[in-house]
Amino acid sequence: MYNILIGGAAGQGIDTTVAILEKLLKKSGYYVFTVRDFMSRVRGGHNFSMIRFGTEIITSHNDKLDGIIALNDETVVLHKYKLKEKGFILCDGSLSAEGPQVIKLDMDKMAKNLGNARVLGSIAVGAVLKLFGESLEDVEDIMKASVKEQYLEINLEAIRAGYESVEARFAHMEGKFSDWMLISGSRALAMGAIAAGLQFYSAYPMSPSTPIMEFLASKSNETGMVVEQAEDEIAAVNMALGASYAGVRAMTGTSGGGFCLKVETLGFSGIAEIPLVAVDVQRPGPATGLPTRTEQSDLKFVISAAQGEFPRMVIALRNHEDAFYQTIRAFHLAEECQIPVIMLSDQYLGDSTATVKPYELSNIHVAEAAKADETEGEYLRYRLTQDGISPRLVPGKSRHFVSADSDEHDEGGFITESAQVRRAMMDKRMRKLKKLEEELLEPEFLGTEKCTTLLLGWGSTYGPIAEAVKGLNEDGKGEYGALVFGDIYPLPVKKLEKLASAVKYIINVEQNATGQLADLVREKTGIQCSSGILKYDGRQISGEEIVQRIRKGA
Amino acid sequence: MDTFKTYETAWCPGCGNFNILRCLKKALEELGKSPYEVLMVAGIGQAAKTPQYISANRFCGLHGRALPAAVAAKIANEKLTVIVDTGDGDSYGEGGNHFMHNIRRNVDITHFVHDNQIYGLTKGQASPTTGEGHVTDVQVDGNANTPFNPILMAVSAGAGFVARAFSGDSEHLVSIMKEAISHKGYAFVDILQPCISFNKVNTFAYYKSRVYHIEESYNPADKMEALKKAMEAGDKIPIGVIYRETRPDFHEKKQILNTGVPLVDRRTDLQVVQKLIREFV
Ligand SMILES: Cc1ncc(C[n+]2csc(CCOP(=O)(O)OP(=O)(O)O)c2C)c(N)n1
Ligand SMILES: [Mg+2]
Repeated sequence: MYNILIGGAAGQGIDTTVAILEKLLKKSGYYVFTVRDFMSRVRGGHNFSMIRFGTEIITSHNDKLDGIIALNDETVVLHKYKLKEKGFILCDGSLSAEGPQVIKLDMDKMAKNLGNARVLGSIAVGAVLKLFGESLEDVEDIMKASVKEQYLEINLEAIRAGYESVEARFAHMEGKFSDWMLISGSRALAMGAIAAGLQFYSAYPMSPSTPIMEFLASKSNETGMVVEQAEDEIAAVNMALGASYAGVRAMTGTSGGGFCLKVETLGFSGIAEIPLVAVDVQRPGPATGLPTRTEQSDLKFVISAAQGEFPRMVIALRNHEDAFYQTIRAFHLAEECQIPVIMLSDQYLGDSTATVKPYELSNIHVAEAAKADETEGEYLRYRLTQDGISPRLVPGKSRHFVSADSDEHDEGGFITESAQVRRAMMDKRMRKLKKLEEELLEPEFLGTEKCTTLLLGWGSTYGPIAEAVKGLNEDGKGEYGALVFGDIYPLPVKKLEKLASAVKYIINVEQNATGQLADLVREKTGIQCSSGILKYDGRQISGEEIVQRIRKGA
Repeated sequence: MDTFKTYETAWCPGCGNFNILRCLKKALEELGKSPYEVLMVAGIGQAAKTPQYISANRFCGLHGRALPAAVAAKIANEKLTVIVDTGDGDSYGEGGNHFMHNIRRNVDITHFVHDNQIYGLTKGQASPTTGEGHVTDVQVDGNANTPFNPILMAVSAGAGFVARAFSGDSEHLVSIMKEAISHKGYAFVDILQPCISFNKVNTFAYYKSRVYHIEESYNPADKMEALKKAMEAGDKIPIGVIYRETRPDFHEKKQILNTGVPLVDRRTDLQVVQKLIREFV
């Protein structure tokens, strides 16, 4: 497995360079996993990406580097200590880095000689390919799809020039992933929504959720979807609800701050029983927090957001497969139970790219609106039913009136203050929880069944936890296992209760300061975690970090 | 005709809302609308109860949030006749941002504001249109804020149909309502409405003595004239169409909506999804 870092200032074209390089590496057969670490600014500062690639599945970033591609001096200073002994630093001849590991290339001059200073990144791409013993076979195809036609030739020349100016240092390894997809978490989520039949997406820009809106917009004419940039998040969520009421699949997305503004409407979706899919791509809070960084600190907020009580579902996305398949399921559950379904992603998952098996469309199932039984006579939108799910007609599509109310209402949807109707309606809505509980997916178990230490995690720490458990069990003793929750509210407890009684230690691993999952677990099961590994500096914990912290006696 | 039924209301006897409801029913019937194709949308307030009292589809949402839901429903199904009936607090206070931006969005809906210049349901606090100096239980020294001019705002922000009406002038109100509903694009009508319980300043007699029908010679296509007309206030309050202009509406401007088939009747083509998946390989 190899691991390289590409760093520089915002505006130096790191994104493009990384996107091209990761595609080329994946095409040549590698499994590729790339994380993006950037600052909340448009120019300057320090941004970097780490591309990890190998012949096996990779689920976490790692800090030990085989190479650094430095576009400025700062990159060298900040990351040099992460370099393995045989590692290299590739940089421009003008940088001040010195030493046996440094490979200096006059990339800037070469680019200018080729006629465009901006092809510097492509020169670096060429050099990296050569260093890792790659061929130039797929370069033309990939570049055709990545750059505008008028710049294709000069970029190809730049790649060839870079390729020829260094010697190979590492051997190419034969992987089997060239036919898999390479996709970011946010795009995977967006693809899931498209596959689920999303026709209306409304949002207000906010990092790190904006890539969902951008991707959906870029495909809106092809998929026939309306993507509307709302005037604020309150508008965004009310638009999604209005569209959903009128019969189209609708979604709204934001980060924690925007989600705060949507809270009242979440309860409206609950009482009016209008399906709603709402995404929170988490970043560190409170308030504006760290806009472009990662955290898992909105769990307790979203499971209880909004006044009053109503059934809701919260799904934490664990990886780039979940992001697709669980998004489809979110639409299904929202429609089936006529509830709000919240999906929790975060910057780490949203902006990272991973290699996944091409998504399978043959098993997609999304419920249709519950039909009205015409033989029952009068159509009652909020008919009291056994499972709590009432027939949901769409306005303008039948000879019935369809109502939606944020006030408490009777079966016909008329405002009421009757104590009896209030109880009946609360009970009816709460009955939907039963159906929801039948649909719950238990957390995924990793490691060995006979483990004595159980790690608990949720959402995007799945990958790092998976790598950690593998590492911890390498000694063959099989002492470690983990449960990583995807469905997290209502909390599925069966597997957890079974395992908890068998293990000695339970350690929650979370990307927040207070251990929100541990709290939820204790509230719902009485199970107490022995200790917690908590990280809240805006940087995702890696598999290796988890191993180290456990070895140190977390 | 009676294609639309109205139901018993919870309004105060003598409230201007009764006549607005009657006129709405009349306007819809005279336009030959089917109740099943009409969607009434509101926020929260006394005015916002209007959808509860007429036989049509209804979406009674959150305080201030009627417009975003209404435009999205229209985007989802362009065959619906979408009418927002709600209050001045709802439209200009809590929902002020949506008012401003939905003028710009120009989705083909109608927005009737029952402007009683007060918060009725919450028992008489100042609304954005309450007059300066108006004393309430909260504005104990008199309302210190400059009243919001919704007509001026709508004209200047680019609304294609802007009108003012008075709940006590039925014939005129019905005709304005019909024009607004028939207008293609966002149509806005500020309807002066006495609140007999909580507004003792802007009473029926107050409005009755001040409103006048805009002169026949007035040209509502002239924006500069409209801005002037919008600023007329005080002793003489003009009612009628203040500005009218036909511009491409939201559906006409959005390529994918401009197909004649409502969004709600379409399904995502899995072939397209398959193609997108291949783009990531
Ligand atoms: C978020 C929120 N804030 C406040 C309220 C309380 N509230 C309900 S209606 C209303 C004002 C109503 O005034 P207006 O819109 O002018 O309607 P009217 O009753 O005068 O017809 C307020 C403040 C609420 N329901 N929701
Ligand atoms: Mg009012």
